Amino acid sequence: MKLTLKIWRQKNAQDKGGIVEYPIDGIEPDMSFLEMLDVLNEQLINRGEEPVAFDHDCREGICGMCSLFINGEAHGPDRGVTTCQLHMRMFKDGDTIFIEPFRAKAFPVIKDLVVDRSSFDRIQHAGGFISVNTSGNTIDANTIPINKHDADKSFDAAACIGCGACVATCKNSSAMLFVSAKVSQYALLPQGKVEAVDRVLNMVHQMDLEGFGNCTNTGACEIECPKGISLENIARMNREYLAASLKG
Amino acid sequence: MALDSKIPNGPIADKWTNYKDHINLVNPANKRNLDIIVVGTGLAGGSAAATLAELGYNVKAFCFQDSPRRAHSIAAQGGINAAKNYKGDGDSVYRLFYDTVKGGDYRAREANVHRLAEVSANIIDQCVAQGVPLAREYGGLLDNRSFGGTLVSRTFYAQGQTGQQLLLGAYSAMNRQIGRGKIKMYNRHEMLDIVIVDGKARGIIARNLITGEIERHSAHAVVIGSGGYGNVFFLSTNAMGSNATAAWKIHKKGAFFANPCYTQIHPTCIPVSGDHQSKLTLMSESLRNDGRIWVPAKLEDAQAIREGKKKATDLSEEERDYFLERRYPAFGNLVPRDVASRAAKERCDAGFGVNKTGEAVYLDFAAAIKRYGTEDAYVKGLDDKDAALVTKLGAAIVKSKYGNLFQMYYKIVDEDPYTTPMMIYPAVHYTMGGTWVDYNLMTTIPGCFSIGESNFSDHGANRLGASALMQGLADGYFVLPYTIGDYLAPDIKMGEISTDLPEFVEAEKAVVDQINKFINNNGTHSVDYFHKKLGKIMWNKVGMARNAKGLTEAIEEIAALREEFYKDVKVPGSAYEFNQELEKATRVADFLELGELFAKDALHRNESCGGHFREEYQTEEGEALRDDDNFAYVAAWEYKGKPSDAVLHKEPLNYENIKLVQRSYK
Amino acid sequence: MAQSAQLNASILKKVAMALSGIFLITFLALHVTLNFISILSESVFNEVSHFMGYNPLIQYVMQPVLAFGVILHFVMGFILTAQNSAARPIAYAKYNGAANASWSSRNMIISGLVILAFLGLHFYDFWFPELGYKYIAGTAPDATRYYGELVHKFHSPVRTGLYCVSFILLGFHLWHGFASSLQSMGMHNKYSRFLSKVGLWFAVVVPAAFVIIALFHHFNN
Repeated sequence: MKLTLKIWRQKNAQDKGGIVEYPIDGIEPDMSFLEMLDVLNEQLINRGEEPVAFDHDCREGICGMCSLFINGEAHGPDRGVTTCQLHMRMFKDGDTIFIEPFRAKAFPVIKDLVVDRSSFDRIQHAGGFISVNTSGNTIDANTIPINKHDADKSFDAAACIGCGACVATCKNSSAMLFVSAKVSQYALLPQGKVEAVDRVLNMVHQMDLEGFGNCTNTGACEIECPKGISLENIARMNREYLAASLKG
Repeated sequence: MALDSKIPNGPIADKWTNYKDHINLVNPANKRNLDIIVVGTGLAGGSAAATLAELGYNVKAFCFQDSPRRAHSIAAQGGINAAKNYKGDGDSVYRLFYDTVKGGDYRAREANVHRLAEVSANIIDQCVAQGVPLAREYGGLLDNRSFGGTLVSRTFYAQGQTGQQLLLGAYSAMNRQIGRGKIKMYNRHEMLDIVIVDGKARGIIARNLITGEIERHSAHAVVIGSGGYGNVFFLSTNAMGSNATAAWKIHKKGAFFANPCYTQIHPTCIPVSGDHQSKLTLMSESLRNDGRIWVPAKLEDAQAIREGKKKATDLSEEERDYFLERRYPAFGNLVPRDVASRAAKERCDAGFGVNKTGEAVYLDFAAAIKRYGTEDAYVKGLDDKDAALVTKLGAAIVKSKYGNLFQMYYKIVDEDPYTTPMMIYPAVHYTMGGTWVDYNLMTTIPGCFSIGESNFSDHGANRLGASALMQGLADGYFVLPYTIGDYLAPDIKMGEISTDLPEFVEAEKAVVDQINKFINNNGTHSVDYFHKKLGKIMWNKVGMARNAKGLTEAIEEIAALREEFYKDVKVPGSAYEFNQELEKATRVADFLELGELFAKDALHRNESCGGHFREEYQTEEGEALRDDDNFAYVAAWEYKGKPSDAVLHKEPLNYENIKLVQRSYK
Repeated sequence: MAQSAQLNASILKKVAMALSGIFLITFLALHVTLNFISILSESVFNEVSHFMGYNPLIQYVMQPVLAFGVILHFVMGFILTAQNSAARPIAYAKYNGAANASWSSRNMIISGLVILAFLGLHFYDFWFPELGYKYIAGTAPDATRYYGELVHKFHSPVRTGLYCVSFILLGFHLWHGFASSLQSMGMHNKYSRFLSKVGLWFAVVVPAAFVIIALFHHFNN
């Protein structure tokens, strides 16, 4: 396959950056999108140019490290996958492909396609946990039976990989899907209910401080989420927040 | 230097309890005067950092990823073992201990494994208390499944994402401590050397991967939880960034490296599709419960399939060779990982491989679909002779069990595994070897600890499924936090350690020199070029089946490749910026040394055991032949300037509670 | 160490949007019902209009509440939009919004601005003259004037056209807004799914009814 790549190049956080065009040939449909970029980088290095920086790690769709806004969509045109699981067979010979970093004020660019998502970490520091120490004396795991329906929903929320596609794809750069997934995971479990009020207030407060936009319920995040995190979580967080505001 | 494993005396079941009762403790008021560095934030490092901070120590945690949550523990699929006996099927601490030692082909340290089995139940309690959503039954209690190599159901799981959920649990515990200021988190930082002051580990040199700055960090103890070294093969199921640098750097400063040749090759991975391949994707071992593994019985059929002239489904039952069922009638497709992997390689080497590279075998679900479909038709009172109906019903049941895996396979290979057999091939997955540690998980450098996959201690020569998660969390939550106190107790009045000490200056200079050398090298080939070459040598000569000739060649080839690497590698960009090629260069430099020690260890071990198979040492039927008289020891290597000069130290393995027998799966 | 809930928290702003939106939706339902009477019966229309215009509860309680709702909804809408665009200082070179969200959900500010412009026209047409009639000129109540005034306004094809376009944009606004307000208030269950479907019907039927009323009076007279 022969392709034209239009890639965002930016030397560092201070640099202004811009789109640079790279023609590339000899791409096989079986390659993953990141392997295609590996090929490009190998060529760039051999030509004495700087390779394109992009985040990636596990390359099996679970670590959440890879990002990329490909042809106007987070993680590209396929559904239910991260960029590392996107394959070149989704494109046609001769295509032009735009490759940009995830964009949001809360995700500043570090270099080229690499962005800083530590805002997500800071939201988690504010309340993404249950306050229990490691002791070896915690009660037996089966002491509290948990309704399977709730346990499964909690798992579905917990499946979030924290990649930031929701923010990148949202026209408002809202982080509500990410935050609500964590709030929901705990809100659905008896262990998490104890701190539920503080958790939702603290996490939403931090989310607002980070400069994410507001949710306008367009639903784009749910569709682009590689793990299919449901909008139901956002509704649950809204509910939790309202209840918490009335209490505190 | 004699190795002292510091195993406590007494009956095995009481060792850990008695030991804990008598070791030194640090009073809570003094803990806040002690700093601990934790490198790596996977299950082991993450859980250790959180627990140490809870106890009151000042923790500095480092990871090269952009968040601790991305460590590669996250990719573990299957589950975590624990001797809870919730199923009432006779499980016990002793049985878990026994299965783990036997599964490790009798090359693990008994006392460590028993401790692991003892704390396994606590891990589940701890994780549930943290809000980890483990799978449950309709009654609301936790569910279990069974895994290879055991006779009980003791594996806890969270769909196919157990590692992810457990890691997020440890990450949440870290978050709480980061929020309280007890853990200072250094994301996108890579440890490039350890600093030793007066013979004790007192800090590290790390590179800030965003700015390229070289930083000095001091502490009273250093904990390495940086995972395994499977990426020495270039292609593995490890993450792209998984590396051995932290473990190797401590080795070069005095930590012995144990059993590097014990590597687990996982049988069910998606085969390589071409030269562009950057990593291999694992498909859960659970697929072998229902899939039948086969290759064509005739060479010409295999060739026709490779050339695309025939399809798998064209071959009749008689034209297929279900080689695992043929060779191991008792265990069939469910033989342990090492056995299944070698059998697949044997068939492919003989010319029966099925994809265009010739390195793949089929994993066929047609029989399972038919079996489930017929059963379901019967249960529903439908016509179980209607082939189309049976297939439809059976496919639906297979989908409910493995749907996510089939979907993943489809996305990668673009073939529908419901209608055509999957193709699989073994891939490097886990490294049982690692830094040598004593019972306290301390390396041969005082004050430097090694936990999780980066140490060698619990899995012997082969790891059982669902045991890696158990070990990582056991070390981090329940073992290290006790044993490190014993070491730190004398240091309570020491105060903060200055990073201006000459040892820090010297270590930093060595790191800067190496980086500058790479940046100014102006060679002709990229880092990946050398890494791929190393991977080929490792896979061909130090892979699933090894022999003295190949290993001797590998040692020479790796040494030559290393020389070429330093002469000819090209690292673009500069030192003081975000530079991914430079990151790779420092990692591959260490792999190029580790690979050689790996081969050297494999060459010295004149036996076959677990993940280490020497062609010279096999039974007439081609099974692994252990030599307990001569090799029932841990091979701990001491660094002496270069890998070829490494000196072997032996820690004898004394089995007082388990009798050594030959494994058989016939 | 909990943060207390703050009135300017993003979620509470959204709830304010949702509540004012739902209030305006109920107002629309009432408005369209009253207007539709104009097609059916001139005298009944005059009667209800007169009641609405001179009932003190409606004039001095409901009308200010409505005004507050309208202003809140618009002001919040502007604030949220400004914050949202600030949340992405550098735009994408290529952004395929249509791939994952409906036009109406992505362009609430556009449909909202059209509705705001329409409100200006609408006030100019009806509300200001009404105020002038009642309070400035102090004319005595006349219970028969309303139908005539209504018909008079739809003489102009330009005005009728503007009204119709605005109603269509109102439809788009409601198409997203109705269900969105339920989600913002945390409703996500089988009832909200049913109500969302009702919302889609509402978004079609109410603007269509307004259009029919406008066209009816334009062509009928």
